[in-house]
Amino acid sequence: MLKKTATALGLGFGLALAMSSTALAGGTVKVGLILPLSGQFADTGAQIERGVKLYMQEHGDEAAGKKIELVVKDTGGPNPDVAKRLAQELVVRDKADIIAGFGLTPEALGAASVATEAKKLMVDMNAATSVVTEKSPYIVRTSMTIPQVNYAFGKWAAEQGIKHAYTIVADYGPGHDAEKSFAKGFEEKGGKIVGADHSPVANPDFSAYVQRIKAANPEAVYIFIPGGAQPAAIGKALAEKGLTPPDTKILAQGELTLPEALQSMGQTAKGIITAFHYTLERDDPLNKKFVAAYEKANNGRAPDFFSVGGYDGMHLIYAALEKTKGDASGDALVAAAKGMSWESPRGPISIDPETRDIVQNVYIREVKEVDGKLQNVIIDTIKDVKDPLHGAK
Amino acid sequence: MIGNLIVVLFDGFAFGMLLFVLSVGLSVTLGLMNFTNLAHCAFGMLGGYCVVVAMRSLDMPFLLALPLAFIIAALVSVAFERTIFRRLYRAGELNQVLLTIGLVFVAAASFAYFFGTGQQPIVLPDYLQGSVEIGTLRFGAYRIFLVVMALLIAGLLVVGLEHTRFGARIRAAVDNQRVAQGLGLDVDSIFAVTFALGSGLAGLGGALAIEIVGLDPSFGFHYLVYVLIVVAVGGLGSIGGSFVAAALLGIFDVTGKFFVPDIGAFLIYLFMVVLLFVRPLGLFGKR
Repeated sequence: MLKKTATALGLGFGLALAMSSTALAGGTVKVGLILPLSGQFADTGAQIERGVKLYMQEHGDEAAGKKIELVVKDTGGPNPDVAKRLAQELVVRDKADIIAGFGLTPEALGAASVATEAKKLMVDMNAATSVVTEKSPYIVRTSMTIPQVNYAFGKWAAEQGIKHAYTIVADYGPGHDAEKSFAKGFEEKGGKIVGADHSPVANPDFSAYVQRIKAANPEAVYIFIPGGAQPAAIGKALAEKGLTPPDTKILAQGELTLPEALQSMGQTAKGIITAFHYTLERDDPLNKKFVAAYEKANNGRAPDFFSVGGYDGMHLIYAALEKTKGDASGDALVAAAKGMSWESPRGPISIDPETRDIVQNVYIREVKEVDGKLQNVIIDTIKDVKDPLHGAK
Repeated sequence: MIGNLIVVLFDGFAFGMLLFVLSVGLSVTLGLMNFTNLAHCAFGMLGGYCVVVAMRSLDMPFLLALPLAFIIAALVSVAFERTIFRRLYRAGELNQVLLTIGLVFVAAASFAYFFGTGQQPIVLPDYLQGSVEIGTLRFGAYRIFLVVMALLIAGLLVVGLEHTRFGARIRAAVDNQRVAQGLGLDVDSIFAVTFALGSGLAGLGGALAIEIVGLDPSFGFHYLVYVLIVVAVGGLGSIGGSFVAAALLGIFDVTGKFFVPDIGAFLIYLFMVVLLFVRPLGLFGKR
C-alpha cells in the first residue's frame, strides 16, 4: 500500500515536473480581451470573441513556442472607465502581455493610456473612430475606420455620375464621421449634398426622416446607421414611401445590408449600394473556408465584419510573436506589427508603418438576387485605402 | 405640403398605435392592478420570440402566430404570477420594481443563451408589405394593419372591462379586495386571469412590434421607457387614456422629427414633462 502510494506520488511528481518544464521552456503569453459581452452591444462583443476563438482553434494555442492564453473581460457597453479599470486589472493582476478587443470607441479610448504606461501591445479589433490609434504608440488596428470606407465611397459615388445626395446618419461620433467623410469625398469630385439629417442613435421609427427625404426628392440618399434593429427599420421605411432603387439611389455603409436586415427587407432591398471592407459572400477560397469554419463552430451563425476584425487581430498577435521569436514586450511587438501584410478572409490587408492603422480594400457592393437569395454582390473594388484623416491636420 | 402633413400625421398615429399595443398590457397590470410590472416588455419579448419560432420552425402564417404569442405569454405569466408575483401584490413599490427589473435581466440573459444575441428578423406575408397608394399619397400597409389591430384591441378591452360582468369583477377586486372577497368573488383567480390578460397583451404587442423595431434580447429594456411614458401620460387605470396618450405621443414624435429634426427626438419627453406638470395624474388618471 505504502509502496503503491509512493510510486503514484513519484509518478505524479515526475509528470508535474515534466509539464512545468515544457511550460517554462515555452512560457505563456497572456492576451487580455476587453469586449462588450453584455448589454446592448453584446452581439458585437460575441462576434469578435468568436473570431478570436476560431483563429486559435485553427492555428493552435501556440505561437513562437509560447502558449497563448486568453483572459476575457466584459465592459457591459461603451464605458471608458470600466475599460480602463479592466485594462489595469489585466496588466497588473493577470499579468497580461497584450490587451486586445475593444468593440466600441469609448472602450479603446479608456484603455489607451494603460497601454502606453504599461508598454503593452494593444490590438484594436473593432473600435472604428479614426483617432483611436493616435491615442497611444502601442495601438495597432485590425478593423477599419469610418472615414477610410466613406471618404473613398463618396468619391466613388460622384465618379459614377451621381450629382445630388441627401445624407442621414445616426446622431453620434461615428455617424458624424461618416457624414463628414462621405460629403468630403463626394464634394471633391463635384457632387452636392442637398440635405443632412441626424437621427437618434436608437431610433425606433424612421418615417419622419424618410418623409423629409422624400420631400427633398434627391437623386441619391446616403445612410449611416449602426447594426441591430435599425438597418431593417430604415430600409422598410424607405420602401414604404417608394424611395427605392433605381428611382432613388440608396447608398450606405455596409451595416444597412447585413444578412438579417436583407432578410427582413426582402425584395425592396434590391439595388441598394453599400461600401464595406468585409463582404460575407466574396468569392475567394480563403473567405469561403473562413465562413464555413465559422458557421460550423457557431451553430450556423455567419461571421460579419466584427468577427473578421477579431480573427485578423489574433493573426496579427501570432505573426508578431513569430517575428519577435516570442518576445512579448510592447515595443518589440509594435515594431514587428508595423508594415506587416497578409491575406485575410476580407482580402489583402496591411498595417501602415507610420500610423499603425489598417490599409485595406473598400468593396462597393450592390444587393442582387443570387440563386433566389438576396446578397451583397461586389461591383467595384477600391484598392489599398488608407484612413484619410491621419496626418491630415 | 398638405400631402406631407397628412402622411406625417398618419405615420405619427401609426407609431402611436405601435406604442399603444406595446403598452396596453401594462395599463392593465400597472394601471388596473397597481402592480409595478417593469418586466412587461420581457413578456413582450417572449411574444416576439414565439412568433419568430412559430414562423420559422413551424411555418405558421403570421396572423396565426399572433394569437399564439398572446396565449404563450399569458400562460407563462400565470406560472410567474402564481409562484412569484402574487407574493408582492401588497409589498411596496420598491420591492416590485426590484423583483421585476431583475426578471428583465434574467429574461435578457436567457433569450441570449437560447437564441443568441443577434437580431431575429421575420418575413411578413406579401399583403402586409409595401404600401397603399391613395391619390399621390402612400401609406405603409403594415402601418394600416397596426392601426386596425390597435383599434380592435382598444375596443375589445374597453367593452370587456367596462361593459361585461367579468370586467365589473376585475374592477371590484382591484378597488377593494376585502369587500369583493366578502361578496364571494374569487379574488385570487381574478387577479391571475387579469395578470395573464396584461401579459398576453404584452406578448401580442411584442409580436406586432418586431416588424418595425426589431427583436433581440435587449428588447425588454429598450422599449420600457416608451411604455412607461405612455401609461404615465395616459393616467393609471385608463385604457382609453393609454390610447389617447399613445396616439398623441406618436404624432408628437413623428411630426416633431419631421419639422424640427434637430430636437425632434427630445420632443416626446418634453411633451411628457409639460403634461405631467399640468396634470400630475396623467390625461385620464383617477388616482
